[in-house]
Formats: sequence, C-alpha cells, structure tokens
Amino acid sequence: MADGNGSKGTSGNGAGEPEQNGGKKSPVTVLVEGAKAVGAQAAEEIKALKQPEKTDVWKSVLRVKHDETPRSRALGVLSNVFLHLHPAKINRDAVAYNYTWGMGGMTFYVYITLVFTGTLLMFYYHPSKVVAFRDILYLEHDVPFGKLLRNMHRWGAHLMVIMVELHMFRVFLTGSYKKPREFNWVVGVILLVLTLLLSFTGYLLPDDQLGFWAVTVGTNMARATPLLGHDGPFGHQLGMTPFNDVRFGLLGGSIVDSNALLRAYIWHCVAIPIIASAFMVVHFWRVRKDGGISGPAPVQLESEIKEPRKL
Amino acid sequence: MDLHQLWTIVSLPDNVPIVLLMIVVPFYTWYGLRQAFANDRLIAELEANPALAKTHHRKTQPWKPGWVKEVHVWPYLLRIEFLAAIIVTLLLMVWSITLNAPLEEPSNPTLTMNPSKAPWYFLGLQEMLVYFDPWIAGVVMPSLIIVGLMVIPYIDANPLGSGYYTYKQRKFAILTFIFGFIVLWVTMIVIGTLIRGPGWMWFWPGTTWDHNRLEFAVNRDLPDIFGIKGRVMKIIFGAIVVGLYSVVAALGIHKLMNLTPFARRIFKRMSLLQVATMQIFLIIMLSLPIKILARLLFRIKYVWVTPWFNV
Repeated sequence: MADGNGSKGTSGNGAGEPEQNGGKKSPVTVLVEGAKAVGAQAAEEIKALKQPEKTDVWKSVLRVKHDETPRSRALGVLSNVFLHLHPAKINRDAVAYNYTWGMGGMTFYVYITLVFTGTLLMFYYHPSKVVAFRDILYLEHDVPFGKLLRNMHRWGAHLMVIMVELHMFRVFLTGSYKKPREFNWVVGVILLVLTLLLSFTGYLLPDDQLGFWAVTVGTNMARATPLLGHDGPFGHQLGMTPFNDVRFGLLGGSIVDSNALLRAYIWHCVAIPIIASAFMVVHFWRVRKDGGISGPAPVQLESEIKEPRKL
Repeated sequence: MDLHQLWTIVSLPDNVPIVLLMIVVPFYTWYGLRQAFANDRLIAELEANPALAKTHHRKTQPWKPGWVKEVHVWPYLLRIEFLAAIIVTLLLMVWSITLNAPLEEPSNPTLTMNPSKAPWYFLGLQEMLVYFDPWIAGVVMPSLIIVGLMVIPYIDANPLGSGYYTYKQRKFAILTFIFGFIVLWVTMIVIGTLIRGPGWMWFWPGTTWDHNRLEFAVNRDLPDIFGIKGRVMKIIFGAIVVGLYSVVAALGIHKLMNLTPFARRIFKRMSLLQVATMQIFLIIMLSLPIKILARLLFRIKYVWVTPWFNV
C-alpha cells in the first residue's frame, strides 16, 4: 500500500478561499489569478484523495489505521461492531470447513436473510382473513420481484430448519456440548424450538389450504394436552372446554380463524424473532465466553482420564 | 409402478426440503464419521505409543514445527464467512428462481385436505399419532424430546471426545444420538412425507394414491388379545405390561451401557441421578419403535387401557 508518501494534501475543508486583492490589477487578471490558485489547490486536494485513508472523514469512520501490521488486523476485527464477536486470532485448524461444516454461521446468515425478506414482505401483507390470501396473489403477480421475495422467504425458512438440525448434529458428534459448554447446548435447543415455531407460525400466513390444514392439524394436538386441553387426559375433569383450554389460547378462538391469523402473524413477525434474537445473542456470547469454538481439539486418550471430583 | 405418482410427491414444492434432507443427512453423517474414524486411528496409534503421545500435536490436521498455532481472523476466517454468505445467497436465489413456493386454494374450513399434513419438520410427530394418542404424540413426546435434548450435557459423564470427532471413545452416545436423530426423527419425517397418502394410509413409493382405498381397522388392544375382561383388570394388566417393559428396557439399556470395560469405567463416574434420568428418557425413547413394531406387525392399538387415558 505504501507508495511514495507525499502527503502534502490538506485535509478537505478549505472550500471557499478568499480572493487576493492586489493593487491595480485589472479585475480580469485578478479573476484569472484567483481561479489559478483555486485550481492549484483543487489539484492538490484531488491528489490527496488518492490516499483517502489520510482524510479526516476516513479516520472519523474507521477510527484506527488499517495497514498490514498484526495490530491493525486485530483492531480491524475488535473495533468493528459487526465483527467484534470474533476473537482477533483463532486456532489455525479451526478455520477448516470439515470441523464445523459452517452450519452455525450459515444458519445465522439465513436468519438475517429471512428478517430482511420478511420485513419487505410485511410491506405488502395484511394479517386479515379478508385480504391475506389476496395479498399473496398480489405479491406473486404484481409486486416487482414479489414472487422471488416470497420464494426466498419460504425456502430460506426450510433451509434454516435443515441447517439448525445439522448444526446440532455436528455439535453432538464433536462432543462440543461437554464442559464448559453445557449451558450453551441448552440455549441451542431453545433456539431449535424457536426456529421450528417461527417456521410453523409462518405457515398459516398465506391463508391457503396448505397452511390452514397444517395449522389445524398442528394445533389440534394442543387440545389433547394433559390437564390443559379439553380432549387430553384429566382435562375434562379439570373443567376444560374448547373455549377455555390451551388451544383456545393459541388460536384466540375455538377454530383457526381471523384471530388465529393475527396471533400467528404477531408471533411470527414480532414476538418470536425478538425472543430468538435474545437467545442468539446469549448463544454467540457464550461461544466466546466458553472459550471459542470447541475444536478441532487435540485428542484425549483413555489412559489420561482424571478421576472425577467428589462433591 | 406409478412413477408419475412418485414424481408428484417428490416434486411437490414443500417436499423438496425433505429430498434435500435425505441427501444432506447421509452426507454429513458420512462426513463426520469419516473424521471420527480418522481420529480413532490416531488415538489407537497414540495409545500404543506413549512416547509419541507426548510429542504429537494430536490432530489429524497437518502440522509442522515452526508453523504458527493461531491465524488472524481477518482475513483467514472472515474470507470464509464471506464466501459462505455468497454461496448461501446464490443457492437461495437459484432455488427461489427455479422453484415457486406452494400456494394452494384459499383456506376453506369446509373442504378438508386429504391427506392434510403438518409442515414437514413436524411430520415425525404427526406420524407418531398413528402409534400413540395425541396427548402423547403431540404434547408429551415433543416436550420430552426438548427436555431430553437439554439434559444431554448433564448426563453424559464421558470426559473424552470434547472438541473432536470420535466414535470409539463415545460409542454409546453417538449411536444413541444417531438412533434418535436419523432412525427416529428423520425416518419418520420421510415416512410421513413420502409414504403416507390419503387417509394417512401407508402407500409404498411408486404405488398410486387411491383416494377410495379402504382399510379395515383390525387393530385390537393388548388386553383383548389375552382375553382380559373388565375395566379394573385391564388397568392392572396394562400397568403390569408397561411396568414389565420398563424393567426389561432398563435392564437392556444398563447392559448396553456396561458392554465394554471402557463403558463400565464411564458408568462408574455417573451419579445415581444421571443414571436415572438417562434411563427414563431412553426407556421412553425406545417405547416408540417398540410401539411402531407392535402396531405394524401385530396390529396392537393400545397396551394400557384406562377410562382416563390409553397408552
């Protein structure tokens, strides 16, 4: 990067230079001289722009130098709000794809994609039984790229479920839930459940036959909840009816209707994303606090097992 | 052979994720186990050679003296993350351009879809409805799956295999998880998607979904097979059978957990609470395939018949 460091460039804030008033020169000469001086200064400032990292604007945004020193590389990660969850350095083997399969990171990326496409979809969707289905038709046929948007949201959701499951599979196979990462596994299980719930609540929103019956089948199970459902064991004895049991609470009614649509919408677009985001924050934070990603760690031998501590 | 029917099922947009799942799950199982076996060979080598174990870096990844142990996150990790983000975006884009998200007719509570299926990731639970009453399949089992996953780190007393793939050092854990995840969860999703047709009847892949097919319900309860009459007698008989199953399953699990000297060593490290917790979850997990076989082979509907609940 460092080519001939001729930084005569003034930092860019001398815009209006006052014109010099020299004795008896004709106004034309004054004007020409003034223009020449401005031109020279402009040329100098443009030259300075070839090294934009020297400008005050640049420095104000990035705060630290970004040259090729190890310190700068570390600061580039640590002083960046989006990257600072990373450590400055990691084990050389930890970047290998075959260890992590990249599933956790890709799951998070797909989640971001879903938040993005989902927010755009919300501009075109009303959670009302009257227009919900028409909104989808409108989205598919009239909104520019609406079909692509909906497709991406749908397939992204499926992809996220698959990736979450594979992430859990990898974490299990590598024994990464073991000490000291036990609790982060628990957080991960909660995130898995939230992912499934996110996907499930989104299923109803197009208000088509597929979503309607899927949610009907799904929520019908809730009526069989022991104690709390009117069809479940001991539910009847506890006074559960279709109008006061747990399914009624989920659907906001005894059938999948407009209240259920609104509830699914709010859970899907507001409540669960906020809850899931909170758990994600904890999840990522704990990855760092528990010592970074678990491996690839040096293998331990059976002959080296230490006797457990007695309480 | 009705290939058209098969194609209709497989190419149904919402079934595409399962086709993807059927590809990626075996792939990543192979991918993970391959590394596990490579590590196992290294472990065997090091166990046999204590001198080497002291000097070896104990990974299958290449390493030479003089190599730095840690690399900068920028660029060595961030470039991978960036690449992964691009690849996922491309994949999602191509998927979304080539395949449209499903949209059926507007929801119609008076026209039941046949088969009416839950979203694919819940089809395992829906398939479970064949074998258990809704309060078990839809409420108790899912809750137990979630809690069971959460307790894994706290009941796994094996200190080995943290942060690297291994099979030999964690045979019981890995086989149990593969059994639960692949044999039960994924297989039942696949059955629910590809094999269950109208009326939730069993249609082998390649047979035509006959909406007029009739199946005579010949399922009987276990007490009836043994000619047990009377409500109280049935309750007692069912309780005995379930109790007997629990004892046999517990003994079998205990036997499995103590199969090798190494397994016995790990077992000794477990507290009573850990053993009891693991037993309870594994007994319940095993009851699922047992009930599936009892239903599919012997057409048994309930084992334990009571006025309040049936198992």
